[in-house]
Amino acid sequence: MYTLIAIAVLGVLCLLAEIFNVRKAIVPVTIIGLLAILGLTVTGLNDSADTYNNMIVSDNFSTPFSCLFIILTVFLIALTPSFHEKQIHKISDFVSIKLFLLTGAVAMVAFGNLAMFFLGIEILSISLYVLAASNRLSLKSNEAGMKYFLMGAFASGFILFGIALIYGAIGSFDMAVIQEAGTSADVEDWFYIGAILLSIGMLFKIAAVPFHFWAPDVYEGSPALTTALMSTLAKVVAMAAFFKLVSAMNVNLPDSSQTALMLISILSMTIGNIMALRQNNVKRMLAYSGISHAGFMLMTLLAVSTSAGILLYYASAYALAGIAAFSVLLYVTKDKDNEDIFNFNGLGKTNPLLAAVLTGALLSMAGIPIFSGFFAKVFLFGQMLNAGHVILVIVAVVNSIISVGYYFKLILAMYTKDATEAAKPVPFVYSAVATAAILLNIAIGLYPSFLLDLLV
Amino acid sequence: MDVSLLLIILLVGAIATFLSGDKWASKIALLFSLAAFGASIYLLNLYNAGQDINFIKPWITIPKIYIALGADGLSMALIVLTTALTPLIIFSSFGNTYAKSKNFYALILFMVFAMVGTFLSADGFLYYIFWELSLIPIYFIALIWGNGNPQSRKKAVVKFFIYTFAGSLFMLVSFIYLYQKTGSFMLSDLIKAQLSTQEQFWIFLGFFLAYAIKIPLIPFHTWQAKVYQKAPAVGTMLLSGIMLKMALYSIIRWQLPIAPQAAKEYLFYLVGLSVAGVIYGSIVALKQKDIKKLLAYSSLAHVGLIAAGCYTMTLDGLRGATLQMIAHGFGVVGLFFAAEIISRRYATGKISQMGGIRIQAPKFTSMFMILVLASVALPGTFNFVGEFELLYSLAQRSVTVCIIGGTTIILGAFYMLRMFQKVMLGDKNEKFFADINFNEGVVMVIIIGVLVFFGLYPKPIIDLITPSLEEVVKIINRI
Repeated sequence: MYTLIAIAVLGVLCLLAEIFNVRKAIVPVTIIGLLAILGLTVTGLNDSADTYNNMIVSDNFSTPFSCLFIILTVFLIALTPSFHEKQIHKISDFVSIKLFLLTGAVAMVAFGNLAMFFLGIEILSISLYVLAASNRLSLKSNEAGMKYFLMGAFASGFILFGIALIYGAIGSFDMAVIQEAGTSADVEDWFYIGAILLSIGMLFKIAAVPFHFWAPDVYEGSPALTTALMSTLAKVVAMAAFFKLVSAMNVNLPDSSQTALMLISILSMTIGNIMALRQNNVKRMLAYSGISHAGFMLMTLLAVSTSAGILLYYASAYALAGIAAFSVLLYVTKDKDNEDIFNFNGLGKTNPLLAAVLTGALLSMAGIPIFSGFFAKVFLFGQMLNAGHVILVIVAVVNSIISVGYYFKLILAMYTKDATEAAKPVPFVYSAVATAAILLNIAIGLYPSFLLDLLV
Repeated sequence: MDVSLLLIILLVGAIATFLSGDKWASKIALLFSLAAFGASIYLLNLYNAGQDINFIKPWITIPKIYIALGADGLSMALIVLTTALTPLIIFSSFGNTYAKSKNFYALILFMVFAMVGTFLSADGFLYYIFWELSLIPIYFIALIWGNGNPQSRKKAVVKFFIYTFAGSLFMLVSFIYLYQKTGSFMLSDLIKAQLSTQEQFWIFLGFFLAYAIKIPLIPFHTWQAKVYQKAPAVGTMLLSGIMLKMALYSIIRWQLPIAPQAAKEYLFYLVGLSVAGVIYGSIVALKQKDIKKLLAYSSLAHVGLIAAGCYTMTLDGLRGATLQMIAHGFGVVGLFFAAEIISRRYATGKISQMGGIRIQAPKFTSMFMILVLASVALPGTFNFVGEFELLYSLAQRSVTVCIIGGTTIILGAFYMLRMFQKVMLGDKNEKFFADINFNEGVVMVIIIGVLVFFGLYPKPIIDLITPSLEEVVKIINRI
């Protein structure tokens, strides 16, 4: 609860700082503030409390996820001033929007009521629309923002529609009541329609196949930092919220929903990977790889009662690797008008540190030890075998092999091609964030129990 | 004192090499590899004295995973092989200069770290991590410091990586399945798993893909020759001398004890496939025009015979396989080093451009001759001991297979001696060939010394490995 308020207050302070002309202090103060909030949140790890008539529930699901979101936001905000150095006079906007986005994100895992959930997802989405279009002089960015807004508005509509139908069937927005209602008596048919509409909206936000068409275009058009935010933070937020929704409604859903989820998961993995193989633009490639990772994460929904910890672990591994990869991408594509793969040529020679970090991030995504991406996949596969989904695991393994193909394309470009241009200076924060993210990734790889045991 | 000491030395060595800077990297790496060799000899003494050198600590609570390192005679033999070859391999590279050598030597030590870890792990999950970890360094070693045209090198190396990675993932699925059955990754628990014949078959297949690609057995060998040719000499030595032993060792340590029934049911297919590799490798080797490729295919043939010995599942087969692993490890490193010595002077791998070296370099010629003879298993060399026992174990299962397998010696003698004749003999080559220098000589003499010494007196190694292998056979025959 305090987390939510504190983050919102920090966002407002950030806007005020602009008025009082203390622009330089914005980013350091925000980061310190966020770290303090992180500390505050961590202390509440084992408490569960509900406030405002069960509107907001902090329990051992929402708190660890909130901590992850805060950490990711710290990284993203640290990257902001260097990325927007030409628009430094707008820095308070960029930072405060990210903070508001984080508010929405926290609300999306800490909701106890569907109304609160919808508020959360709208706060998050609207911030994202603004960020996607934030490079207002670029046609591509405008297009991305517009496209994302139109599609996102549709998805929100679906979600709202779904919520309304669920309310009609159950008579309440309260998650506890919804969960209760299904176990006791038969529910009205439109509950299922509502659940399906809600799921469609969420699958859109996650960018799972077949609701993924917006992702590559929007990722490519948006400013790179926004893409980083969308493919790491926004994706895991939507995933966690979807997980919470499904685990609340799971008792009511028929078995066919399992089949549908399995199908969507397989399609997302496979189509995401196959399309990624064909990309030359690194942002698009990462967008498609994100789609395939969404497919992996969707697998956790097939065994909701036992896999919350695994989702947290997978999300952390994926998002940290994503942050590391994107900080390198930000450096490489600085002052470039495209993100094609040849920009990475010879990075191994011109900047060994960043090349090593990017290699590590890609190896983590491909699932190679000692990076945490490997452990995430292993735990996930183990859980799925336990639940009896052998076919799904085999498809996932084959997909892991395919994914090596495109991750290595980038690694090869860095190490085997000659550089096309001389090394340019690296802003300190880029290498700092990249290194910190990959080290965190390795650290949770070496001590997986730390995260996994949080959510038992 | 326990076996983790060895891993710590190697990891610290890799980091120290990386930090030491390009000028000192090779020396620091050599120093640490010698320290690791010393440590492994020390551990061997402790083991022989009957002390407990195992190391077990819980690592992950859910799923239950231990950092469990342990060594028996079999692991000890391969660890000593690894740590003995490493200084030789590093020292052999002193004649070349490598750009960014601190990265190069750090990767070598890191790879050795992972390989030693593979030999030591007693927990399946940890074993898998080390197994995969060893792949990353060799990928970069071959990719960045390899020879030849970058494009074709890239293709070869990526193919190698994807092949082996794909194989390993199926092994991982087998492990996870076993974990669901037993609730543990420890080898001692996995062998107690109650598996139906069908389950055994699939688990066996998962392991088999990983190992058959790494060894390699036909038809999974297509990555091999190109990678051996394109990798830098050091990479080729690491791959052929040590890395493929990981797979052979794993057959004995993991695959056969976990799924013995499947192995027994398909025994003749497995032995047949391995022996087919022997014939295939030998015939293809006859046709090779590149010395490194020829050696690669001859290695394919020898390794096929070792795999056949493993899959006979008799004590003699396993013992012969282990002996031959060690002999082949030293022999193949020696041969690839000889090829490297030639290519240092002639800057080519084509056999047709060689010839007439004997007159200019008599010392090198005689050393090369001994290695060639060892490779064709001349009695009195270590290879003979291993090969003899392997063929004997094949005869225990089927005389026909033994006879077919025996052709490896005849064919091997044919193509190796023909190669020697074309490369070394003949009229004096117009290009100058400097005789072997001191550094190169040291490596060659040590390798030849080992091959001849253990050829005449293999008892210490046999005494070391036999009790452990008897234990393995007992586990295999438990049902």
